[in-house]
Amino acid sequence: MEKQFPIVQYVDEDGQLVKDDARLDKEQLYQFYRAMLRARMMDKKCLNLQRQGRIGTYVQYEGQEAAQVGSALAVEDGDWMFPTYRDHAATMTFGHSLTNLFLYWKGRLEGSIPPEGKNIFPPAVPIASQLLHATGTAWAEKKKKSDRVSIAYFGDGATSEGDFHEGLNFASVFNIPVVFFNQNNGYAISVPMEKQMKSKTIAQKGLAYDIPSIRVDGNDILAVYFETEKAVERARSGGGPTLIEAVTWRYGAHTTADDPSKYRNQQESDQRRQTTDPILRIERLLNNQGWWNEAAVKEMQEEITDEMNDALQASESVEKPDLNQLFDNVFAEPTWTIEEQRMKHNRISKEVGQ
Amino acid sequence: MTTVAAQVKKLTMIQAITDAMKTMMKEDDSVLILGEDVGINGGVFRATEGLIEEFGDERVVDTPLAESGIVGTSVGLAVNGFKPICEMQFFGFIYPAFNQLITHATRMRQRSLGRYTVPMVIRAPYGAGVKAPEIHSDSVEALFTHIPGLKVVTPSNPYDAKGLLIASIEDPDPVLFIEPMRCYRTGRTQVPDEKYAVELGKAATVKEGTDVTILTWGAMVQDTVKAVEKWEAGKDASCEIIDLRTLYPLDKETIRKSVEKTGRAVVVHEAPETGGVSGDVISLINDAAFFYLKAPVQKVTGFDTPVPVYSLELDYLPSAQKIIHAVEQTLQY
Repeated sequence: MEKQFPIVQYVDEDGQLVKDDARLDKEQLYQFYRAMLRARMMDKKCLNLQRQGRIGTYVQYEGQEAAQVGSALAVEDGDWMFPTYRDHAATMTFGHSLTNLFLYWKGRLEGSIPPEGKNIFPPAVPIASQLLHATGTAWAEKKKKSDRVSIAYFGDGATSEGDFHEGLNFASVFNIPVVFFNQNNGYAISVPMEKQMKSKTIAQKGLAYDIPSIRVDGNDILAVYFETEKAVERARSGGGPTLIEAVTWRYGAHTTADDPSKYRNQQESDQRRQTTDPILRIERLLNNQGWWNEAAVKEMQEEITDEMNDALQASESVEKPDLNQLFDNVFAEPTWTIEEQRMKHNRISKEVGQ
Repeated sequence: MTTVAAQVKKLTMIQAITDAMKTMMKEDDSVLILGEDVGINGGVFRATEGLIEEFGDERVVDTPLAESGIVGTSVGLAVNGFKPICEMQFFGFIYPAFNQLITHATRMRQRSLGRYTVPMVIRAPYGAGVKAPEIHSDSVEALFTHIPGLKVVTPSNPYDAKGLLIASIEDPDPVLFIEPMRCYRTGRTQVPDEKYAVELGKAATVKEGTDVTILTWGAMVQDTVKAVEKWEAGKDASCEIIDLRTLYPLDKETIRKSVEKTGRAVVVHEAPETGGVSGDVISLINDAAFFYLKAPVQKVTGFDTPVPVYSLELDYLPSAQKIIHAVEQTLQY
């Protein structure tokens, strides 16, 4: 099966082009580079903020920037994105604001709200359930005869869940314009791939559903971008769903609440920073092309730092929400039960001085 | 004469349910039906009979056999402009969809602060007494009244079935609409041809009385009516029977007024006792009418056991004798 689903690569670890027909222009490469740099700086910032107690438990993705950013750049305004709570590199690339991302990790519902005109679902916390939402939403687009598509993100562990299979099956049966974008980073928290499934690839699971499937080097943003673009175009033109397995690696823990050295060789993981790292790879590519511009990169870093600091400041100046926010959005019109509970809470909290 | 006759039909509950869906599908192109065997077969109970012929397979969709898939894709459809009616073939088959319902459908409005909403109805036949195989007859409404963001509705007669289902389809939030299988074909009542809604959250006083309020729903409504009518003959006491119709949110006012009048109450349901909706009804009575009570509120319920199969299912269901026994207990207190 691994032979049937070879890992598609455009750029190797040394930054050499291995695919002759890859479109390549300097401006686009810098766009890729900047988006990945922004994602990485944001991840590091959030990790630091969590350590300082300024945000809650955080879910990091460092190492997976090419997979998330490359795929997110391949969809357009009007398309639908279904992230998990690890996929904010994808959502911020698609247009989610950094302020709202900080708010999300501060435990604010506002953090899930995308900018007007951007169809981004609140991050899925249960595993694989969002694949069905992506399918249903794209199904609606198909019924409306639009050419909008959905992209759903999920990890390797998610493919063990029923909803993964139900999502692929529905999408296949009804020929729905959805891209199932898997990030295979080898571990579902502590359970390695070989204990998760006997199949050697995730892409092969698409065979059972007659869904075109592909494995890409998830640390090679060109491979991710161009192959996702093809899948998106197929969906847009009525060709139905695609399953993409982006083979990648995350350096850090599952979340800030676990310690990866308990279940994998963390030294080996850290060594990957020198070899498979997605940002290093594009730096090498730029260098090899003679396009590397130190000053431009420095400027980028400064711009991103300013953007993050502004967003953080904005998120930290938002006042704690009124508890009424909780009662207002359970139903379109609160039921009497909720109204009574709201009034009772307000009365008692006055009495007990809280 | 003929014009009046033309406006109402005598329908069974299942026909009234079909009529409700047909009425709404005609009126609103965004209403879809998704489920197993709902198309050509017209549903295992024939609830969707004839609808695929009239509205086509784009709107009456035979889905793969996957309850989570039905509810999960419907979340996406609902968020993106459609009003799906999902059919669970039996209520006891809803468990694989529980995750989608509790983690997504019912909290999408809050998680997105109203940006995304899920106007969806899930229909499911439920209840014992029809000699169905295992699991099919489960009466697990209380699992769902506990979920924030979900309304739970159950009709007991054809007229209410049509009106409540129309109100459920029109509701901007997810509604679980459970249909007592035992009532599907046990009688016909007059059902208006036109569109009408029976407001959610409102109970119906099925029978007025002065001494004991019996609160019940679904198939137990007719059982209770029969038991009480027989018992009342020759007695100088009478029971008021209330069909709750909506189990979340309960109709506090109707329950309060009736218990204030009678001073006694019995809750009858076929679901298991512990954690049942009866607990909420009794709690509501304690809050709203405690000082009117002349006796503790009684419960007549199923057991904390799986709903049994055929050979014992009638012994499991609250019997007329048990209902009357509870009524007499409250009167003798």
